[in-house]
Amino acid sequence: MSFLRSRFVQAVVILVGAFVVLRFGIRPPAPWSVIQIYMAVVVLAVLIYVSSDTDSWRSFVDPIRATLVDPGRRPVRLVLAVLLPILLGYYAYTQAAAGPEAPAELRAVHPAPPSSIQFRSKEINISGVDNPLRKDAANVKKHVAAGGEIYVRNCMYCHGDNLDGHGRFAAALNPPPANFEDPGTIAMLQESYLFWRIAKGGPGLPRESTPWSSAMPAWEDRLTEEQIWQVTLYLYDATGQEPRRWETAH
Amino acid sequence: MRDLRVVRQAVWAAVPVAALLLTVTALPAAAQEAAKEPAYRAFPLIGSRLAVWAVAQLHLNFAAFILGVPIFAVIIEIIGWRTRQEQYDWLSHEFVKLIFAAFSTTALLGAFLLFLFVGYYPKFWTYMTSIFFPTYWIYALLFFAETFTVYLWYYGWEWLSGPRKWIHVGLGVLSNLFGTAILLIGNSWVTFMMSPAGVTETGALKGSVWAAINNYTWMPINIHRLIANIVFGGTIAAAYAAFRFLNATTDEERARYDWMGYIGNFVALSAFIVLPFAGYWLGREIYAFNQTMGITMMGGFMSWLWIIQAILIGVLFLGSNYYLWLGMERIPGSERYRKYVPYMLTILAIGFMVWATPHSLIVTLEEARAMGGTHHPFLGFFGVMSAKNTAVNLMILTTFLSYVLYRRANRLSIRPWVVTGMAIQWAAFCVAAAIVVFYGVYGYFVESIVRIGFSVYQVGAVLGAIVLVMTIDIPMFRGAKSTGTIRWGRIPARSQYVLILLAVTFTWLMGLMGFARSGIRQYWHVYGILRDTSVDAVTPALGYAANMITTVTVVFFALVMFIFWLGGLSEKGKAGAHGAAAMPVIAGGSEDPR
Ligand code: HEC
Repeated sequence: MSFLRSRFVQAVVILVGAFVVLRFGIRPPAPWSVIQIYMAVVVLAVLIYVSSDTDSWRSFVDPIRATLVDPGRRPVRLVLAVLLPILLGYYAYTQAAAGPEAPAELRAVHPAPPSSIQFRSKEINISGVDNPLRKDAANVKKHVAAGGEIYVRNCMYCHGDNLDGHGRFAAALNPPPANFEDPGTIAMLQESYLFWRIAKGGPGLPRESTPWSSAMPAWEDRLTEEQIWQVTLYLYDATGQEPRRWETAH
Repeated sequence: MRDLRVVRQAVWAAVPVAALLLTVTALPAAAQEAAKEPAYRAFPLIGSRLAVWAVAQLHLNFAAFILGVPIFAVIIEIIGWRTRQEQYDWLSHEFVKLIFAAFSTTALLGAFLLFLFVGYYPKFWTYMTSIFFPTYWIYALLFFAETFTVYLWYYGWEWLSGPRKWIHVGLGVLSNLFGTAILLIGNSWVTFMMSPAGVTETGALKGSVWAAINNYTWMPINIHRLIANIVFGGTIAAAYAAFRFLNATTDEERARYDWMGYIGNFVALSAFIVLPFAGYWLGREIYAFNQTMGITMMGGFMSWLWIIQAILIGVLFLGSNYYLWLGMERIPGSERYRKYVPYMLTILAIGFMVWATPHSLIVTLEEARAMGGTHHPFLGFFGVMSAKNTAVNLMILTTFLSYVLYRRANRLSIRPWVVTGMAIQWAAFCVAAAIVVFYGVYGYFVESIVRIGFSVYQVGAVLGAIVLVMTIDIPMFRGAKSTGTIRWGRIPARSQYVLILLAVTFTWLMGLMGFARSGIRQYWHVYGILRDTSVDAVTPALGYAANMITTVTVVFFALVMFIFWLGGLSEKGKAGAHGAAAMPVIAGGSEDPR
């Protein structure tokens, strides 16, 4: 087992092991961009590990040196001299060959909302506002039911029967419709943020939310102010999520 | 030769004063002119925005350096004075020499920045003057006071030694007070631009200027910059020492600069540990001032900026730990602690990964489909503040553990209660880690308003553990048996490159955070009050900003090298005037650098 005590072998084992775990151990698969960041950290850590004292560094470098200069290692050297350029070439090929898929893009999923919007030529505040329908505790049930109806009529085709983003049209859209069950969407937004998004839709998004335009329609001409608040209420009610509260300034 | 030196020093001394005089006389004239002036002029070639950006950033770098270094230079001088250990006095002098060399450049850049404002942004400058004019005078006077104190501090080193040493130390303290006051005033202008207060909706001053000074982000930025300046000063001084180490020709010189680098890094690291907390507070205040601004900062187009920040800070953590581990090689007896390195490294690496997990992922459509949305059901947990706070607190604890092990590397405690003491220390580490993890996990089960409060408990646990461990550690190892003297200078050269890397990383990080702080104003000069109507009103994209920050960082280091080289010129010929006796021959057990 002295083979395993060589720092060089350890380093290779750690790197390969980490890659396998990150690539295949995370379900659903992690995006490639994240794996790249993770692997960069692992490489850095491994380099620190092998070089954190002189003995260890020597035990790491020696095999590399031997492979490069030892007369006895000539065959290994030859194999590497053929293999490494081929691998690099393959890498270059994967980078250059364009697939049918749109390239990965950074898109701000939740850009900063405006502090107020024009809704049917009326100014509506977004910043610091709560859903006005919640104040009317007696009728909340009624509003939720109305919201459900609005949802089924207008939103279901994209956002899905189960509010999970898997509606009929979803497969054709990029970016895909929001999955409201996901704790990363409405659960972390204030209700007035939703009001803005529903009223202004994809066209209302700032540039940082491009390059692919969102298919989310702007509903301001089709739904009234009250209806938008109702469907918002429904989204939280149906998913069991709580809207984020506004923080009070001290 | 000697005459030449005197002339040069006189010129050095005159430069900042002249710059200031120019500045002060330029102000009222500029304000009068402004009425008939255009709102903007265009800086040739690169445009006004880039010009101001570059000069402001450079000015800030130098200013941070000359404000940060005196803080620990004076502490080190006091240590040397009280313990009568020559080498501390040498070290302090070495630090002040660096400040001194950078002083004029800071002032020149400041004056240059002012000319840019007056000339290229006259309307903006007139407005700022209408609010802050009273502070200009205080600022100018403080600058005079600061300049003369630092000059006296530097030149009076021999003159005010011996029984007059207390006066000399007093000068050091005084220059720190002036320096901090200057910082506070400068910060009031910059924070007013972010979070204006004390003015009407049209921007007229309501009452006294104090309300404008004491705005939402003023105190958080004061604290944050003060701490960051210490870190920055420490890393730059350490990089300087590394440079000297690598160029050294004798063992004695190597030993001395190895030690200087170590202290510089120690200072930087100690301050760095509290920096994330200060940053967090600043973030909270920005939210409290204006939530839209807060969301722009954290969730909007800047969200990726925080990933880059996380990567840079991760590099800083890894780098400073790595330096400590490499440093163990110069300590006989440290071998017994080597076995901890892989574990600490693992925690740091995992913490780094969690912290660097983006909130908005870069995904292809196919990946998004596989994930069932743009949020990853598992990685999503790492993208939020709860996870990041937990990661950074654990990284801080680990770094502290590294330092504790380094501290005791060549010492064997002779106290009878050592077993109990160590047990309590380990328990403190474990309890703190448990609290951090507990609140980190619990944070997922409560809403965001409650969760935010948790970070305070996490920080409290970590700081508490640090205090407790040190309270035990110091008496436990007082008069300890030594396993050998630290062999200063016997450290692999790569450790020195790490010090340089840390300095460059931190400078870059400062540039990045400066961009964030400035960029969240978006198209406002003064947020919500004075709109930016120039051609440059758009906030540049991250890649563009990164190029700019890199350029400024390169220029900064080129300037620093030039200045330090100049400073080193005067050393030639009078080598040893301040150091031959000051070799850090430090016996084991008493080498404690604090
Ligand atoms: C044509 C398909 C389509 C329809 C119909 C549709 N949406 Fe969307 N919606 C999307 C897409 C695509 C996104 C994701 C991109 C984005 O944020 O704009 C989205 C995003 C959202 C978001 C933002 C979620 C977040 O986390 O930021 C909300 C809220 C929303 N939709 C509500 C609704 C409501 C309510 C309706 C019905 C009144 C509706 N949508 C109808 C396509 C649709």
